Amino acid sequence: MGDAKLLDFKGLVFVAVLAAAAAIVPALTLFTPTASPLHVPPYLVALFGKYLCFALLALALDLVWGYCGILSLGHGAFFALGGYAMGMYLMRQIGSRGVYANPDLPDFMVFLNWKAVPFTWWGFSSFPYALAMALLVPGALAFAFGWLAFRSRVTGVYLSIITQAMTYALQLAFFRNDMGFGGNNGLTDFKDILGFNVQSDATRAALFSLSAIALIGAYLAARAMTVSKFGKVVIAIRDAESRARFIGYRVENYKIAVFVVSAVMAGVAGALYVPQVGIINPGEFAPANSIEAVIWVSVGGRGTLVGAALGAILVNFAKTWFTGALPEFWLFALGLLFIVVTIFMPRGLLGLFDSRRAAPAKAAALKSAPTAGEAAQ
Amino acid sequence: MSVAADNPALTSSLLYLDGVCVTFDGYRALRGLSLVLAPGEMRAIIGPNGAGKTTMMDIVTGKTRADSGDVYFGGGHDLSRLDEATIAELGVGRKFQKPTVFESHTVDDNILLALKAPRTAAATLFGRRPPAERERIDRILETTRLKDHRARRAADLSHGQKQWLEIGMLLAQDPKLLLVDEPVAGMTDAETAQTAELLREIAKDHSVVVVEHDMAFVRDLGVKVTVLHEGSVLAEGALDDVSADPRVIEVYLGR
Amino acid sequence: MLEKVNKREARNREGISVRARRIVLQLAFALFAATLLASFASSARADAFDDAMAGFATDKFPEIEQAIGDLVATGAPSAPAILDALAGNRLMFDPDEGKVYIANDNDEYFDPRTGEKVAVESPDDLKKVRLNNAVRAALQAAQGAMSLMAPDPARRLSSANEIFKSRDPAALPQLDAAIAAEKSPGVKRALGEARAAIVAGDSATPEAERLAAVETLKSRGDQDSAGILTNIASSATGRVKAAASAASGAIQARLALWSNVQNVFYGLSLGSVLLLAAIGLAITFGVMGVINMAHGEMVMLGAYVTFATQQAIRAWAPGLFDYSLLIAVPLAFVATGLVGVAIERSIIRFLYGRPLETLLATFGLSLLLQQAVRTAFGANNREVGAPAFMAGSFDFGGVAITSGRLWIIVFALAVFFALQLVLRATPFGLRVRAVTQNRRMASAMGIDTNRVDALAFGLGSGIAGMAGVALSQIDNVSPNLGQSYIIDSFLVVVFGGVGNLWGTLVAALTLGIANKLLEPLIGAVLGKIAMLVFIILFIQKRPRGLFALKGRAVEA
Repeated sequence: MGDAKLLDFKGLVFVAVLAAAAAIVPALTLFTPTASPLHVPPYLVALFGKYLCFALLALALDLVWGYCGILSLGHGAFFALGGYAMGMYLMRQIGSRGVYANPDLPDFMVFLNWKAVPFTWWGFSSFPYALAMALLVPGALAFAFGWLAFRSRVTGVYLSIITQAMTYALQLAFFRNDMGFGGNNGLTDFKDILGFNVQSDATRAALFSLSAIALIGAYLAARAMTVSKFGKVVIAIRDAESRARFIGYRVENYKIAVFVVSAVMAGVAGALYVPQVGIINPGEFAPANSIEAVIWVSVGGRGTLVGAALGAILVNFAKTWFTGALPEFWLFALGLLFIVVTIFMPRGLLGLFDSRRAAPAKAAALKSAPTAGEAAQ
Repeated sequence: MSVAADNPALTSSLLYLDGVCVTFDGYRALRGLSLVLAPGEMRAIIGPNGAGKTTMMDIVTGKTRADSGDVYFGGGHDLSRLDEATIAELGVGRKFQKPTVFESHTVDDNILLALKAPRTAAATLFGRRPPAERERIDRILETTRLKDHRARRAADLSHGQKQWLEIGMLLAQDPKLLLVDEPVAGMTDAETAQTAELLREIAKDHSVVVVEHDMAFVRDLGVKVTVLHEGSVLAEGALDDVSADPRVIEVYLGR
Repeated sequence: MLEKVNKREARNREGISVRARRIVLQLAFALFAATLLASFASSARADAFDDAMAGFATDKFPEIEQAIGDLVATGAPSAPAILDALAGNRLMFDPDEGKVYIANDNDEYFDPRTGEKVAVESPDDLKKVRLNNAVRAALQAAQGAMSLMAPDPARRLSSANEIFKSRDPAALPQLDAAIAAEKSPGVKRALGEARAAIVAGDSATPEAERLAAVETLKSRGDQDSAGILTNIASSATGRVKAAASAASGAIQARLALWSNVQNVFYGLSLGSVLLLAAIGLAITFGVMGVINMAHGEMVMLGAYVTFATQQAIRAWAPGLFDYSLLIAVPLAFVATGLVGVAIERSIIRFLYGRPLETLLATFGLSLLLQQAVRTAFGANNREVGAPAFMAGSFDFGGVAITSGRLWIIVFALAVFFALQLVLRATPFGLRVRAVTQNRRMASAMGIDTNRVDALAFGLGSGIAGMAGVALSQIDNVSPNLGQSYIIDSFLVVVFGGVGNLWGTLVAALTLGIANKLLEPLIGAVLGKIAMLVFIILFIQKRPRGLFALKGRAVEA
């Protein structure tokens, strides 16, 4: 039957472009002379590396929102938790090079007069441990939250509101110095990662490539999920949750599964983001950040994965441009974008260009191209 | 199980409701509803608005919990303790009043999702599809006259086709008991007649409970009728006997 | 060894205090007499003043001590300044001429009688008037006595309170004199309490008097008295010990109670703020089902309307300033209400039935409004003044009540009940309820549902604007004002039960009070986190809130 392939045309282009970028960009930035027209300046590498992390976050959000109908306004929390896990590793790598030159304690702990690192920091000197935490902590939080919320059938806006409350509560918690995560200032002044200087061009280029590869991996994983029968059930839950229940699917388990996978992806995005921007602080938990991520997905087209990633890159590119050229207009532009996209482009940019299907009033997910072609006849 | 052991009416029944009461915010939707359905039986349920027909289906499928009373399925399963998914896997299928299908899926995929198969997330993610799947889907599409529309998105079907697709999904589930809520609401006469035929066909190897307002349709089905009124059973029997009952005429037919 | 020193010091101090008492007693009477005679005995005073000055111009401690008493006895207006100078080592004398000067830090010299600047030929010859413990004690006593007798009752009161805190036995004679002379009942009571604070702990005082003093302290009943009584309970013996410990326990218990009552008041105040912020949302979200993320910005706009109103009043009608809030309330309601109607007509109406999209579009709107206000008024906080009736506070029992907060509670409840009245008792309210319950039926019965939607949304927004008027009094008026309320408002509405105004009321007050009762236990931030987590968990248990509508209709 008309099962979608793992890679359709869009996906193929997406993966190919990312793979090419992952391979070529480091070469262009490291091995071409500065004057060469092919030279990619290191700041652009860092900038686009950041965009790729946002794209990964958008992809994760699209998986829950576009396919499962769960509008999470708290995905920034998973992103930030992944970021903190990586930030803690980077803090431990500073060693005695901090301002207070304390070999055991990060600067802020010395400042707070702490005598030993709290247990939450144990093990973060080890990169594999930190990486595992960057996946496990967001995953565990998503599981706990989902286990509570989805089993009690909190849906729709109620769910959105409590996800927002969740990230808000975390933001307040991380602001506290007592939490031991650097309080207001967060974690910064990183020196090196796995022995490489985080500031160096080569490290930046490597992080860029890693981000691109992570995005490819997450895309393939998400795509494999959504084209499988599992994905069909998830879409079915989005369209008619009670019908899915009455034909015997345990909706909560599916939702938890998708939510956890998505949170882990967001955690990976955060973990890749922090070494590239050099700081993580409680501001990353701000509810507004999470909502902004939703608009990336909306702009690109939800339920398309590729669109979500593109939307993140486009919106953030626009943000960079605006904050440089017309800083006071950025919020006007972003605000208008929210309104225009939700009212006039419910299926996003990818929806606009996908002319093979008449736009239904209800913003439904795009499915595989071949079936759509048959359906139009 | 102890209840089941000493109650022959229960052990021999497919569906057994006794003294079921449900209250919503002081409004008593069901007041001691009792109903027994034998295996293989088809039953029509009629009653005015607010009589408790849909609430009764909610009770059986686990959507709503009874305040008191017994709800048993297949002789021993206490439905009042189980959730929707478990009840569905036990073999109770339900068709909603408003056709509810997965709009962005194709007709094929709608049936596929309903097909009897492991329902866990792990099974759907990693499991292999049985080769006979295709044939079963074909057979169901044949029965529900949707074969020509199999590649269309469910959202693009007509109202009647959606009703049939939903019935098709019930068949794919292969339940022991089908609960069908107003299957011909909004259908043309021709569609209504076809639906009646479809249900009779299904009733050959399934137990069916049909809730319907349309008396002509109920007559077409030609089965035992239960009349609900204000949350309990007012009368039960053949349609002609029931419609002659003065109490039924008083609350329902006469007006 | 150490003990010996301590004992010696104690004896010393006792000796000093006995002498100080004597001096004070003398000078208190002298002062009393002096104030009476001041008007017609100026010439005599002049001589006495010079005599006192002569005493300072020696290098002998007993004479300096005597001179302090003499100076106070003259009742000279410059006496406090001279004593201050003495205490600050700025009182100088010329050993040759016997003249006394007050010096300042810039090596300028002033005549002690007139305070006028004088030229000193050879400043290096001047000597400081020296202090020892005895002189210092006499000096302190004299200073205390002077303020206990000060003409300003507030000064006398604060001096009494100072003695209450220091519990210096040396002040006892002046206290007794002051009590005898005092007319104002409030000050008299304070003086009596100060005396009790000294007497109750003094083992030399007769037991009956000490017990009476303990009673006096108990009736004062504040944290300080409790502290003194606890001290006494640990040091005294017999009946005094028992009485003191009982009194201290009683005060502690009462204080704990009052502190809870105070927290409840704070909680009511916070609850009323939450109610104000959430009540408009209870209409737009609770009744209409519209997720308006720009709700906080409606509140913010209301606050800016208040700011603009006050600016206009300051410019053109300063006399109306005390009425500025009353004027701003209807203006804010109308202005934000109109903005609300505009939003509904231009954005919301395209999105009915799509709550998640509404959420996103209105979030975009909130960004637009914030930036628009930032562009128009600047990013900084704007100063919104408080009219006279909002300022100040008063004590109710042991609870300090700020007028501003009290008025906000009153205002919040007034808005709430007015809204109930509008929804329950007006044709408009009837239509709103009809449309929200069954849109199609209402439409079929000839209700213009579009109009009702727009007006209801305008009503909710207008109420948010009125909330902004009140919140401008307790929060910074900045473009970000609304953001701090939006999450709380949604949680209040959801916690209370969507579609239930009473639920919103109960939820707002419950959350406010619970928050303020938690705060002293675990701190403000943890308290807030605890409330958020509580609501998240609560929604799991009761997804439809405290007062949820049940049944099929809700889920349809």
